[in-house]
Amino acid sequence: MSFISIEDVYFSYGAEEDGQTAKNAVDGVTLQIEEGEFVAVIGHNGCGKSTLAKHLNAMLLPDSGKITVDGDDTADDAKTFEIREKVGLVLQNPDNQLVASIVEEDVAFGPENLGVEPAEIRRRVDEALRAVDMYEYREHAPYKLSGGQKQRVAIAGILAIQPRCIVLDEPTAMLDPVGREEVISTLQRLNREKKITVVLITHFMDEAVLADRVVVMDGGKILTQGTPQEVFSQVELLKRHRLDVPQSAELAYKLRGCGIGFERIPLTQGDCVTMLEEAMR
Amino acid sequence: MVRDVSFGQYFPGKSPIHRLDPRAKILMFIAYIVIIFCTFNFVSLGITAAFTVLFLVCSQISFKFYLKSLKLIILIVVFTSVLNLFYGSGDPLWQWGIFKITQDGINRAIFVTVRIVCLILASSCLTFTTSPTELTDAIERLMKPLRVIRVPVHEIAMMMSLALRFVPTLLEETDKIMQAQKARGADMESGGFVKRVRALIPILIPLFVSAFRRAYDVATAMECRCYRGGAGRTRMKQIHLSARDFVAFAILAAVIGGVIVCNILLTASI
Repeated sequence: MSFISIEDVYFSYGAEEDGQTAKNAVDGVTLQIEEGEFVAVIGHNGCGKSTLAKHLNAMLLPDSGKITVDGDDTADDAKTFEIREKVGLVLQNPDNQLVASIVEEDVAFGPENLGVEPAEIRRRVDEALRAVDMYEYREHAPYKLSGGQKQRVAIAGILAIQPRCIVLDEPTAMLDPVGREEVISTLQRLNREKKITVVLITHFMDEAVLADRVVVMDGGKILTQGTPQEVFSQVELLKRHRLDVPQSAELAYKLRGCGIGFERIPLTQGDCVTMLEEAMR
Repeated sequence: MVRDVSFGQYFPGKSPIHRLDPRAKILMFIAYIVIIFCTFNFVSLGITAAFTVLFLVCSQISFKFYLKSLKLIILIVVFTSVLNLFYGSGDPLWQWGIFKITQDGINRAIFVTVRIVCLILASSCLTFTTSPTELTDAIERLMKPLRVIRVPVHEIAMMMSLALRFVPTLLEETDKIMQAQKARGADMESGGFVKRVRALIPILIPLFVSAFRRAYDVATAMECRCYRGGAGRTRMKQIHLSARDFVAFAILAAVIGGVIVCNILLTASI
């Protein structure tokens, strides 16, 4: 069985005020996430991707359908904290996730809540801060850090809980390009070196390209999923749903229309350049 | 403008004062406040002032920051000491109409100035050398007995530490909203008192709305990190009384003793 299994989940935020029936924010989603995977979920604002993220650690419970994490049903009250220990959720705004006035004390917040022994908390905090490359900043005040640094501290705060999976709800939306790069490379490293499952919710296609698997959502439903190669090759489908594709994929798609044959869609700039060179020859 | 608030700021360090148990620091701080207001002659005032200088030096924090914290209250100090100067009783040394200065008035002004300055320096020293988490942790432990009468001690301490954490964030936000409203043509610098207070409304309302939204976000983030109240919680930084704290207690006890002895033996100056 998959590490996280989502089966036919429906969820709505309650009836709307003007008497209309509420639209489902998540409208029949079935998805399996395996241990050690790097999954990117992309879609428009309001497509239900953030709502889905909050389901993965029992912050929200499905109206119907079932979600299990490592075999435990998220609807089971007794398992709530066990699930949150396994699946950490990082939110969009880094400012609102840091609860202490000193970086290392903030990172310690999670393990403190779990009742971990003080010496062990110390060890976990140091390890988590090293993993996100923020160890030198352990005695700084969070409000003096840059956006990317804050978000990395927030990730360290989740890492200190020692989850097996980290879900990130648009962690780079409020960051500048440098901050985005810092956060994404940290995530890739954690996934590769510590074998932590990463579910990255994003609307930046360039970030989605780096994942093992891309899930595209629209209107609360899964539109398509597959490797970045498979997903971004369906340029027409994505365009029909007003979703972007990475620039290089777009270029290749347009050139194909002009009769220049690419045997596959390039996803990164470098890839695109080499393929263009071949095509020119 | 808002980023250089030095009051309530914490400077990490390893000085003897930093390493004192925060509970001991709070208790000694309270005892110290009581004792500065119980100094009635110049010798005891001198003892407490010298003691203040001693722990400022021990804190190994640049005097620049202490001076900065005094800057905020300089007006209050000047105002109260001038007021005291003219309120003395006894033979006037100098008189002009109803204004007269007496030896008693001068003494009162000196006492009030030194006391307030010492008070501010001591409280700055406390917050400079104790991280907000340590501080609230200490308050939580000191108030623990109140749990018997159902005071939600953990919740109060958590609220305090969150409030301290978000002071700079909200100040920054106030700055941003002010700039946004100025860009929309809000005028906050001219007009009478009433008009200026009114001009604050378009700043306070967005600030409140965003503070509530933030609070909701923070609560979500805390839940994501398995927060479930004070029960079963441990702390990374353990606090316990050590020999160092007893040395500090002994020094403070000596100061208190000295002040009391001076008060008994010497005649009061005010």
